[in-house]
Amino acid sequence: MTRPDGDVPQPEAIRIEGLHKSFGQLEVLKGVSLTACEGDVVAVIGGSGSGKSTMLRCINFLETPSAGKIVIGNETVAMRPDGSPADRKQIERLRQSLGMVFQQFNLWSHRTILENLIEVPVHVLGVPRAEAVARAERLLARVGLSAKADTYPAFLSGGQQQRAAIARALCMEPRAMLFDEPTSALDPELVGEVLAVIRDLAAEGRTMILVTHEMKFAREVASHVVFLHNGLIEEEGPPEQLFGAPRSERLQQFLKSVA
Amino acid sequence: MAVTALVGAAGAASMFELLQLSPPGWGANLLRGLWNSILIACGAFGLGIGIGTLGAFGKLYGGPVVRDLLAVYTTVVRAVPELVLILILYYAVTDAVNQTLLAFGYDRIQISGLAAGIAVLGVVQGAYATEVLRGAIQAVPAGQIEAARAMGMPPGLLARRVTLPLMLSNALPGLANLWLVATKDTALLAVVGFGELTQETRQAAGATKAYFTFFMAAGMLYLILSIGSGWLFARLERRARRGQPELHG
Repeated sequence: MTRPDGDVPQPEAIRIEGLHKSFGQLEVLKGVSLTACEGDVVAVIGGSGSGKSTMLRCINFLETPSAGKIVIGNETVAMRPDGSPADRKQIERLRQSLGMVFQQFNLWSHRTILENLIEVPVHVLGVPRAEAVARAERLLARVGLSAKADTYPAFLSGGQQQRAAIARALCMEPRAMLFDEPTSALDPELVGEVLAVIRDLAAEGRTMILVTHEMKFAREVASHVVFLHNGLIEEEGPPEQLFGAPRSERLQQFLKSVA
Repeated sequence: MAVTALVGAAGAASMFELLQLSPPGWGANLLRGLWNSILIACGAFGLGIGIGTLGAFGKLYGGPVVRDLLAVYTTVVRAVPELVLILILYYAVTDAVNQTLLAFGYDRIQISGLAAGIAVLGVVQGAYATEVLRGAIQAVPAGQIEAARAMGMPPGLLARRVTLPLMLSNALPGLANLWLVATKDTALLAVVGFGELTQETRQAAGATKAYFTFFMAAGMLYLILSIGSGWLFARLERRARRGQPELHG
């Protein structure tokens, strides 16, 4: 998918510069830089242990980077020399502008689907309850879950839970979406319904960074693909180039192994 | 035969007389004692949950100093018998406070039995509650807490809206146990002469020599209290487990 407005440069939504992350002795990210502009769909692919989830989790500081720079919009995240966030309020504000979708859905099990959606808008963002409910109902209709508004998450299938989790993230009206392997925990027959929702979001020009193992899907929706290997970007470019004519040997091997 | 039946009937009659609410019955004293026991148990349990919540978060998320202090607290309090702790607070601490007050030229003070009882049992309950709640918080799926953090929920709100309600279903069986222990530990305050149920019962029994009648009556009151609270905790647990599929088979 190419950007709808062709060559007009869009403002930057998320920029990562020289990101390093170590867990003890193990260096997972060894200096990754990446920019996603408004409307970009960046797909991050790579083998397990390549650092792709860690990179995504560093963007909203669920993992604390060891070094590097993260810019959301035009706001640089204030970091101490060791990489830990210097300003908790800033992190909270930036997190509210990034909708995160997890592999394991992570819906709150003690709240119904509707309550899950309005929780943060009402209690953190201060959206009036009626407005949040209306917004939530619109989103649930969009992901095909209107009938499940008053159901608790444990009574939904994995695919339904993940669609609800996407709706929950959208309910905060985020600037960008971060998807961390959103279909990896799903039964094969449920993957399609979740991908359909994500495809729909990509089509409306939503900015997103998508860590995924679904190569066909990445090729179809991404405007830019990044191949991570051993904590470094091995190759990146438009999907036709990366999937059609991979230059690096490792990417060729990787594509062969997942084909 | 007829004689025994007669004695039995007379015994039953005097038993009800003794338990009547107005004198010469001692029923009112027993109920007053029960009320005091419930007051102390509620106060101690509430204080215990307060201490336990702070203690659990401190043990899980606190710095090394906080964690060490809490480890000392839970270890010492759970090691020393409640009776000894009560005697320490009631006599030793009162004495120390009064020595200090006298040294500075103030008058002695008398610590109220109710306040002392709540304080001691609350500190004991707090130590056990710290461990019950710590375990319950650790059993909350980490992903659900992470989801709240990822959406920018501040820590206080996250604890109140996500962590605490989620851990409640894990904690309630342990907390129900603690509550029952609290109701029965109030009896230990009889040793410092506080008029809770056991102390009132002892007085009534001593004055009338009807030991069997009064201690059976007291036993019944403790039993009713425990059955009533069992029912209440079962309801609380059902509410806390909302959204969780039931296990069958």
